[in-house]
Amino acid sequence: MLKDQDRIFTNLYGIDDPFIEGAKKRGDWDGTKKILEQGREQLVENVKASGLRGRGGAGFSTGMKWSFMPKEVGDRPHYLVINADEGEPGTCKDREIMRHDPHKLVEGALIGSFAMGAHAAYCYVRGEFYRETEALQRAVDEAYEAGLIGEDACGTGYKFDFYIHRGMGAYICGEESALIESLEGKKGQPRMKPPFPANVGLYGSPTTVNNVESIAVIPEILRRGPEWFAGLGKPNNVGTKLFNLSGHVNTPCTVEEEMGIPLKELIEKHGGGVRGGWDNLLAIIPGGASVPILTKEQSATVTMDFDALKEQGSGLGTAAVMVMDTSTDVVRAITRLSAFYKHESCGQCTPCREGTGWMWRMMERICIGDARIDEIDLLEEVTRQVEGHTICALGDAAAWPIQGLIRAFRPEMERRITSRQSGSTEAA
Amino acid sequence: MMVSTDIQQPDSFAFSAENTEAVETIRAKYPEDWQASAVMPLLDLAQRQEGWLSRAAMDHIAGMLDMPPIRVYEVATFYTMYNLKPIGKHHVEVCTNLPCWLRGSDAIMSACKKSLGVEEGQTTEDGMFTLSHAECLGACVNAPMMQIGDDYYEDLDEESTMAVLSELKAGKAPKPGSQINRFTCEPETGLTSLESQKDMLRAKVGGD
Repeated sequence: MLKDQDRIFTNLYGIDDPFIEGAKKRGDWDGTKKILEQGREQLVENVKASGLRGRGGAGFSTGMKWSFMPKEVGDRPHYLVINADEGEPGTCKDREIMRHDPHKLVEGALIGSFAMGAHAAYCYVRGEFYRETEALQRAVDEAYEAGLIGEDACGTGYKFDFYIHRGMGAYICGEESALIESLEGKKGQPRMKPPFPANVGLYGSPTTVNNVESIAVIPEILRRGPEWFAGLGKPNNVGTKLFNLSGHVNTPCTVEEEMGIPLKELIEKHGGGVRGGWDNLLAIIPGGASVPILTKEQSATVTMDFDALKEQGSGLGTAAVMVMDTSTDVVRAITRLSAFYKHESCGQCTPCREGTGWMWRMMERICIGDARIDEIDLLEEVTRQVEGHTICALGDAAAWPIQGLIRAFRPEMERRITSRQSGSTEAA
Repeated sequence: MMVSTDIQQPDSFAFSAENTEAVETIRAKYPEDWQASAVMPLLDLAQRQEGWLSRAAMDHIAGMLDMPPIRVYEVATFYTMYNLKPIGKHHVEVCTNLPCWLRGSDAIMSACKKSLGVEEGQTTEDGMFTLSHAECLGACVNAPMMQIGDDYYEDLDEESTMAVLSELKAGKAPKPGSQINRFTCEPETGLTSLESQKDMLRAKVGGD
């Protein structure tokens, strides 16, 4: 288990003062100028060396992503865009950073922007997080007031502005290019890639989009040294991570733990165990709505990291763990997610716009057994037609939970169909 | 344009004096050549002023930002938080996505319907409440929960849901956040990390 001295989010629950005095006491803004004096290249190298992988779901190396930005700033300004459009069902970690430890995000934004030659960062916060936006804005105002950001950030002579932009309720804006479109005042519809944002991003300029948690851990990593972060967790899956435990656990919570912690240990130590005991477990979705479901057997041994979960046919995603006990109608649960993806499809690509509707309607029928057995194969086929055939990953995200359900719970789907058929035969 | 004909659209819109200042603060966030970026926050500001987003407000903002009105309508109809028709003073949005559903959001929705006497998508006759379901609102470890206006009400059961709504009906301001003996998103039974904050937490939530 992660030791308290290795925790980054030391005010995760907001028990202490979230704002500048409390933040400084906890070590934020300590020696930021010295960190910046390492220079752009060294900062990027250090973030690479720390092994930090993006905390928004995809798990791409943050340092590597930063290194894709042009080395020299040309005619077009560079931008850092922070993705705070937290909307993946099950996920509520960035919320806690913004309302309880906002200075980590502001300081990380300054360092990240400096490392990429950006003089402005835009933080795109989902619109429903109004109180979280207020807390973050207060931290930003405090940082300006204290000269930590602004015309002469931390006395380095570097100009840096931090702007908050509120979303207005569209899950798709969590996709980085849709987020950029939205920030430019348009419908949030993803862009074709290439060009990638590092070449043509916000306002046609070089842009890097990072998740809130990825940016907020940067100052502590650089203060303690990349080897400290790299020394936690497992090889290629290092550091600490915020986990959300929801659903049928005794004590749902958000907690910072070491990457690679066994899922069972995570649930028993922090979630108070599965409701009714481990034997009452049915299944777990380990990383937000879009990653495939794990069976009880898989859940017993898997560790919470990118590679181990991928090996199990699932993913770490946003590390939002949704636990379902044996009382759960698991087909209904996945159907609810299908309804969500149908609602959130932006409508740009035909396979996703039409396919999410098809998948949802078939799931609704299978839920009540009003289908033929071979329609389960047809449903699987539809998911394959959507997956990989769209501009962004929403189509994949809609397909994977269903594929996972079929893989793990096909007998249950068949049981419903046959029992309805025999029921109607008897009735007839 | 998705403006229903049964809605009384006002003839004109203007920002209040106070909001005119806010408009400048918002516009200053974005580069001069990219003022369309201000469209979302300005639509939100107009909606906060009027209670909903009228066609006149959209046209006014299109003029301010030098955008074709259709571009503004596209934005206003794409994002779910813009209300294109008048809604109740309190918008009650019950999260029904998976983590909330697993912890009983069906019962929360039923409690809201019972308390308010309306179905989903409807507004009470006195114009005080509109009831909706919401997609994941991002407070999953505090499920089930609902949003009313700008505030979250978390860790609900039927009783506390009814209590929150009763307070609003009585013109009071119910305490947002967790509705059980819990500070924020820590385990309800006490901290499993951040040992040094245990006493501070106890002082805040009381109990043992």
